[in-house]
This record gives sequence, structure tokens and C-alpha cells, in this order.
Amino acid sequence: MDKINDTSIDFASFTKQELDSYEGGLGGLTRREFLKYCTGIAATMGLPMSVGLRIAEAAATKIRPPIIWLHGQECTGCTESLLRSYHPTLEALILDTISLDYHETLCVGAGKQAEAHKRKVMEEFHGKYVLVTEGGTPTKDGGIYCKVGGRPHVEHVREAAEGAAAIIAIGSCASWGGIQAAHPNPTGAKATHEVLPGKTVINIPGCPPNPYNFLSTVMYLLTFNKPPELDQQNRPKFAYGRLVHENCERRPHFDAGRFALEFGDYGHRQGFCLYKLGCKGPETYANCPAIGFGDVGFGSWPVGTGHPCFGCTMKETGFEKPLHALADVKTFSPPTAFPAVDAAKGEGITPAAAAVAAGVGGLVVGAAATAMRNMGHSADSGQPPDDQDS
Amino acid sequence: MAQSTHQPLGGKLLTKPFLFFGLLFLIAVYFLATRFVFGLGSVTNLNGGYPWGIWVVVDVIIGTAFGCGGFAMALLVYIFNKGEYHPLMRPALLGGLFGYTLGGMAVIFDLGRYWNFYNLLLPWYAQPSSVMFEVALCVMAYILVLWIEFSPAFLERLGLTNAKQKLKRFMYVVIALGVLLPTMHQSSLGSLLLVMGSQLSPLWFTAWLPLLFLLTAIAMGYGIVILESTLVTNAFKLPSEQRILSKLSPIVGWLLAGFLVLRFVDLLARGHVASMFAGDLNASMFWLEVLVFVIPAVILLSPARRTNQRQMFLAALLLLAAGSLYRINAYLVAYDPGNGWSYFPSAPELMVTIGVIALEIMLYLFFVKKLPVLHGTRPA
Amino acid sequence: MDKNRRRFLQGAAGALAGAVAPVESAQALRRENKQLPPNALGMLYDSTLCIGCRACVTACKEANDVPVEQPAHLREWNVGVWDSGEDISGKTLNTIRVFTHGTKEQKDRSENGYAFIKRHCLHCVDPSCVSVCPVSAMLKDADTGIVTHNPDACIGCRYCVYGCPFGVPQYQFDETFGKIAKCQFCEHLQKKGQIPACCDVCPTGASLFGLVADLQKEAEQRLSQKPGDRYEFPRGRLGDDRPTHEAAIPEYQSHVYGVKEVGGTQIRYLAGVPHEKLGLPKLPDESYASLSEGVQHTLYKGMIAPLALLGGLLYLARRSTKQHEDGE
Repeated sequence: MDKINDTSIDFASFTKQELDSYEGGLGGLTRREFLKYCTGIAATMGLPMSVGLRIAEAAATKIRPPIIWLHGQECTGCTESLLRSYHPTLEALILDTISLDYHETLCVGAGKQAEAHKRKVMEEFHGKYVLVTEGGTPTKDGGIYCKVGGRPHVEHVREAAEGAAAIIAIGSCASWGGIQAAHPNPTGAKATHEVLPGKTVINIPGCPPNPYNFLSTVMYLLTFNKPPELDQQNRPKFAYGRLVHENCERRPHFDAGRFALEFGDYGHRQGFCLYKLGCKGPETYANCPAIGFGDVGFGSWPVGTGHPCFGCTMKETGFEKPLHALADVKTFSPPTAFPAVDAAKGEGITPAAAAVAAGVGGLVVGAAATAMRNMGHSADSGQPPDDQDS
Repeated sequence: MAQSTHQPLGGKLLTKPFLFFGLLFLIAVYFLATRFVFGLGSVTNLNGGYPWGIWVVVDVIIGTAFGCGGFAMALLVYIFNKGEYHPLMRPALLGGLFGYTLGGMAVIFDLGRYWNFYNLLLPWYAQPSSVMFEVALCVMAYILVLWIEFSPAFLERLGLTNAKQKLKRFMYVVIALGVLLPTMHQSSLGSLLLVMGSQLSPLWFTAWLPLLFLLTAIAMGYGIVILESTLVTNAFKLPSEQRILSKLSPIVGWLLAGFLVLRFVDLLARGHVASMFAGDLNASMFWLEVLVFVIPAVILLSPARRTNQRQMFLAALLLLAAGSLYRINAYLVAYDPGNGWSYFPSAPELMVTIGVIALEIMLYLFFVKKLPVLHGTRPA
Repeated sequence: MDKNRRRFLQGAAGALAGAVAPVESAQALRRENKQLPPNALGMLYDSTLCIGCRACVTACKEANDVPVEQPAHLREWNVGVWDSGEDISGKTLNTIRVFTHGTKEQKDRSENGYAFIKRHCLHCVDPSCVSVCPVSAMLKDADTGIVTHNPDACIGCRYCVYGCPFGVPQYQFDETFGKIAKCQFCEHLQKKGQIPACCDVCPTGASLFGLVADLQKEAEQRLSQKPGDRYEFPRGRLGDDRPTHEAAIPEYQSHVYGVKEVGGTQIRYLAGVPHEKLGLPKLPDESYASLSEGVQHTLYKGMIAPLALLGGLLYLARRSTKQHEDGE
């Protein structure tokens, strides 16, 4: 492990380690637990299991990427969500995986001491640390509606962005402006990428976002030294590439036309589709139904517990569309089980039917031919006609 | 006893062909039993797009056209007063009797709610605008008329001369009805399609459908008379009726020519020349149909050909084929319900139709052997 | 030749020719199209609002007590779960079908798009099924114009199935004692003051119930809006105080289907792709029943023509039978 003892983040040059060396490599996890964690991260991103090893390599290094975490206009829900991740646990995360050098909720130090440490880290790891922003950034009146250490949040963000190797906006507020950016937006709240023109900001929207989407993005950054594949709104595709509606466990009810009509009614208790209650799943891109929240098993996400999806990961939906309003159903294509307008129907010609029809045809032709052969050529060859007609 | 030249043929009934037809009929009975226990869909390929299959088109619509021999001959013998054709009358009536009776029976197999059949006769359910209503009543009445028309044969057999004489006095009423009713319903079998509009190919859909159906029905009636007479006289070595038949031929020939002229003039007038040459299934079937109509017309109108028994027989066969093809085309081929539906009869469905035809032939054989139907006697 | 007979034949030929009429005057035989009843009830189906949830199909099955349908060839992958009827049938009175093209990327677009279409009885103003039924089993309400079916009268001839230009009435071929099934606009629910089940449950108002006159106005109003503008789409019954569904006005085809087709229908369709692509055929303005009834009524008016023909036939037959000694 000596040869990687420098501070560069070029983790790609790691040599392959004996797997046993991972024993206790992360927060006292056994080797098996640790590898499970790394391959789980890989699976979250839809990467092959072999990548899990590379992630393990990256995670087991002593060099933990320094992270500066800035809070703007927010509820700390994103942090709370992160604190509830169990693989790894919080302590394993911040003590072994990353080096959370500055985080206003979790800092041991406070006031000037904390600010000074932040400045020190920013200088020492210039161009190497990861900046995470949580919450919207007020811009009206010089951004005075959110101040830390006497300076507007927007200034902290711009300053920290200068030397950041990567910038991640966690949560819908940092990604789009969030609830404070909703009409009438009295503080002029904006998204992180809006106050950092020209910078690439990875958006991890959600209210709160799933902690594993964040962790996976960070681990991807560490492993491959580049952001994961992003969509047009700079969201990692592995997490935001699919419609909630497509993976929803209640989807069959939608396809079968079974809907809850109000909270607590028969359909609601039966677990029917929540579309009519205003579920935004059909227009929301997120992996909530696939991975759930809180590591407590299947169904631990809003729709799973009986509440309509409110579209928190979508800029134009969460905090924008009324809760009761119906979603625009965005599917990649119509359901395959639906009958087509011109679908061919009706039994075709079966061999048996063809045989019977052909047999009859042959019989008629044959019989006619036989009859004709037995006939005379003209009336004269027949017997004398009967003249007895009345 | 009135001087009648009609004689029962006599002879053995259970011949090999008769037993073969009996077997076919038993197969049909099996499938019909299935149909009545498990529903129409268990036997037929009928579907939501093609609710009428061969049980309607072949058994009823073509079947009754085959049964038009009695109608066509009555038209000739009694209305156009051509007494010389009289010997052909009774066998023709017999053919009509079976064609219609079995057609009526086949309707019961095919009706989805046959137990309500009598509703057709209940005045409060009557729907006079319906072509089907008129066809149903007409056919029912005509079956009755046919049995009365044919009843002299039974009465002769039973020796009820007195009853026959009484019946004879009113026979002209029955005969007049026997011409009127087929005129009405055979043309109406064409009118049935008038409601189809664009569901029918323009090659077949025309306001002339009733007349076209009537003309072909009469032609097929003559066709069956020629066919039957030729077959029977040959098979049972009876005196040939070829001379009468060849006199009949030009009439049928001109009828066919008239049909063809009307068909083409109508298509030209409606401006559907392009459809004739569209090269699709409809166009191909149209030309096949025209060809099968033209050949018998040529044979029947040629004095040289129509004295040849073989050619006459061929003409009769083609005539019947042409009329049948016209009906199949109009009802099934030209009909496109849209929505992706297609239809071809299933094997059991075909077997039922075959069984019905087999029964018809068996009954015919039974009747001509046991009742005074055919003219003249077996030569000594 | 006998003078009387000749005259009769001339008359008969003339009657026949006159009855069936020269080609160009086939139209002249038509009777007038029937008119929309005074309180005609109908539905406006807006394909662009339809999200393909099939709530209407389920509700219809429940309301009309018809079973879930699974064609044999689809039973394998779908064991007893989904209703997968391919079209309306003896057991499905209403279904949602889909038009697709190419990559199926965008809804309500004919190129590389898709669109939903609801399929059930259109309740024609001048219905073929009512015209063709020999036993008055198909009835059109004189006031509301709803076309209903009376299975007690029905003999199962299936002429209505054959004759309907939309292929709506369906016979239950797989039943021992099958009957004709068709949408009767939930007449039984309407009697209880409810509205048709499909319109009742439609989440977006794609199926909207109401008086045909009002629905037509609503359809025209939608067409007159600018695409992209917000619009409050009514749900359930037009004129009720149900919450509306607010959405943008889509790019409509400028045609309201059902105003004129075969003399008009009481179900009207708005769509974003041409209606023919959705299985709604291009049809003439004249109802199909108007031609067949026109011809039939001309030929059989007061039974005058058949009776006249019978009179002639009687005369001739009597003559002939007297001449032929062995007349029968």
C-alpha cells in the first residue's frame, strides 16, 4: 500500500491487492462485508461486479477524498438522509471512506475555528477536494438571506467552487432551487449550477435524495476519476434514467385500471394505483421504487407506503405542480399488452380445413369428370327423347 | 288415377355412394352436437369480424339458389307457358324442396339464439324495414309452398287421387306464390348487402345487387335442372332429356349475358374501372368470377356446343360454380370488416356443410327411388 | 303472343327496372338520414387526454357484469391477471386500443408516435343494427338516442354484427347460449341517476358524458384554442361541478369525428392523429341504412308491387294449368 501513498487522486494506477488485505479496511468491516458494500455500490450504478473490486481498491486507500459540504437554504433533510445509510454506517463513511473536512451540521469545531479549517483544506487540497452543496442559494439583494460567518452563502459557494475537483449539488434545493425557489421566490433562490455558470455541477435531486445515489456518485468519482454518465440535467443516469412509473410495484394496477380514489378508500387500502390522487410517478425520473429508503426492505418509499409520488426529482414537478394535479404520463412507448388498432384477428387456414376444402374440390371435379366421360358427345347418342310431355 | 308419366325409380337404396354420404352426414351430426353443447365457436371459425361464415353463405344463400330449379322451371312452364319443359318440373321441384328445407334447417344450426326463432312470427317483434325479416318470412312461406307443390307426388304414391284432384284446383295459387316468393327473397339476398356500404368492395357493392342476385338465382336454377337431368338420365339409364335441355339453353345463355352486361355497365357507370385492375384479391376474384360466368354463356349460346351433352354438363357445372362464386365473393371475399379480422372456415365447419349436402343427395336418391318424381321408366 | 301477357311482362319488366333504378339514380332511392333525437345523450372521447390506464375498461366490466377476457394465445404469459381482450367482443363492451408507428416516441403524433383510442358502440343517429334487425331486438331510444339490445327478442342471426360499419355488436361465440353484447351506454346506471361507468371513472376526462349538443360545443371550443394554452378539461358529466383536469391544449386534428359519419353518431372523437389511423374509418355522410331501407321501401311500399306481381302471376298460372291437363 506504500506506493499509493501520495496525494494525487489518480486511483486508476492502483495495483491489484490480495483480497484479504481488505480485512478491516473500512470501519472494521470484515472482508466479506466490505466487498459486499463495494459491489453493492457498483450494482446501484448498474456496473458489473468486477468494478466492485476497483471500488474496493479506491475505498480502502488511506487517502480519503476531502469533502467540503456547504449548507444553503435547506432543511438538512439531505444530511439526515445520508446519516441513515447503513452500508456503510455514518461513522464508517465519514471516518474511513471520505474525509468530511467541513460540514456545518457535523463539524466538531464551530465558528471561526471551523471556517479557518475550511480555508486551510481549500488551500491545501486545491483542485482535489469535492464540493457538495445542500440547499438553495439566495441571490436577491446580494444573497443576504442566507449568511454563514457573516458572508452570503453565494460567496461561499463561488469561492469553494474555484478549487473543487468536482461539484455535487445534493437535494432538490441545490439542484433546482427547491421549495424556496417556488413562486413567489422572495429570496431569489437559485440552484447551485445557476450561480456557478461554466462549471459542471452533478445534480443529485430528491427531497431528500437517496443516500446511495450520492454515495455511489462519490465512489464513482473516486474510482474512475470522472463523473458517472449524466443526463441533460446533469443527473447521474444510473439513478435518474428511468420513470418511477415504469418500476413502480403498483404499476399493474394502473395497467389494469384499478385506482385509489381517495385516501383510505377501498382501493387505497388494497394498494391500487395512486395516479388519481395526483401521483407524479408517470412523469418523474428516479430509482426510488428500485432501491427504497432506509434499508428496511421492499416498499419503503412514498408510493410503497401509500402516498403519491410528488415528483421531487423533477424541476418542473416537485414544488411546482399542485399535489392533486394529474401527472402527464410519459412513457417511452405505449404498453405492449394493449391491442393494436389493426391487430390481425381470426383463425387462419388450418391444414385440416385446407385438406377438407381441397378434398371437396377434388371430389367435385373428379366426379364431374367421371360423369362427363360416361356421357355421349351429343344429344343424338343418347336415347330417344320422351315426347310425352303434356 | 290421373294419367301421370312420373314413376318411382325403385331399386336398391343402400348403395355404396349412399352409405358414403351417410358417413359424411354422421360426421356432421357429431359436430352439430358439439355446436349445440359448446356453442358456435367450438366448431366454427366465426369471429367478431366475420359473424357469417359458410353455414350462412353456402348452406343458406347458395343452397337456396341451388334450390331455385323449381322456381326457374315454374317461371318457364307456368308463367311463360312453355308446357314442353314440364317433364323437368318435378325433379326440379324436388331439388328446390331439399335446397330450401335444408337451407332452413341450416339456419337453425347457425342462429345464435335459435330457441327464439319463433319471434320472427310474433307481430310485436316484427321489423318490416329489415331485409332479413322479409327474407325469413318469404323463405318460410316458400318452403311450405314447395311442399304443397310437390305434394302430388306423395298423394300419387299414397293413391289419394281424390285429394290430388282437389288440390289441383288451387294449384295455380300455389304456383303463383311459388314464383313470387323466390323472386322476392332471392333478390333480397342481394338486398341484404345493401346496408354494407364501404365494408363491401365497390366491385360488388351496387344498388343493383337485388337484380343481380335474382338473375343469378334463376340462372343457377336452370343450371341445377340441366345438371340434375343429365346426371340422372345417365346414371339411371333414363330416356335423355337432352332435346328439351338444348331448347332451354339459349334462355339461360341470354340470362347470363344480361347479367354480365349489367355487371360491367354498372361498374363503368360507377367509375370503378380502377378497382377491376387493382391486382389485389378482390380484383382477381372478380375476374375469376367473370370468367366462370362467360364460359357457360358461350357454351349455352352456341348452337353447336349446346347439343353436346358433355359441354352442356360442363356449362351447367360452371354456371352453378359461377353463381356460387358470386355469392361467396359478395358475402365473404368482398366484405372487409376492418379491425384486422380474417376468416377461413374450420375443418369441422366445412364438414357440417358437407354433411348437409350429403344429406340432400341422400334424400334426393331416396325420393326419386321411392316416389314418382322422374319422368319415364327404366327401360326393360 | 297473348296481348295481356305481353302487357304484363312489359309492366313487370318496367316495374323491376324502375324499382331497382338506373345506376346513377341509386342515390335517389335513399330515404333521408334520420335526425338526432331531441335529448340525445353522448360522449366526447378526446384521444389526446387518454393516458391508456384502462380504468374505463375495468369499470365497464364491473358495471355490466362481464368477465375478464384472456384470448388463448395470450393466456400463457398472463395467468389470470390482466384482461387482455384484443378488441371488443362478446365479453368486452369497451376497450382501449393503441395506434403505434415507428419508434413510438411521442404520444399523439402519427410519425414515430402513438395514440390511444377507446372502442365501443358509437350510438349512431341512424343505426344500421336497428335497421337490419328482423325482430326489433336492437332499439334506439326516441328521446336519448341510446341504442339498446333486447336479448329476449334476439334470434342470434348476427346481421347486426355483419352490418355495423364499426363492428360493434358482438356475439358470444364461445357460449352454449350466447347472446349479442354491445355497449348500451350503461342505461341501467343512468336509470339510477348515475352516468356511464367509463365516463365516471375516467381520470382525465378523456371520456366525457353529456348532451350531444353540449359536447359538440365543448369539442369545437377545444379546437378553437391555441395549442399549448392551459385549458380546464371537464370530467365525468359535462356541466357537473366535478374538479376539472387542467392541461395544455394539444395539437388537435381539426376534425370532430362522428358529426357527419354515416349520418352522425352520438359518440364524438377528438384526436391528435388522423382518425383513420385510430381505426375510425372514413365514411360517407349518408347513413348505410338509408340506402337499404330506401330500396326495400321502394320495392315493398304497401306491398303494392308484390301484390300486383302476384295478381299477374295468378292469372298466368291459372291459364297455364288449365292448358296443361296434368298441371301441378
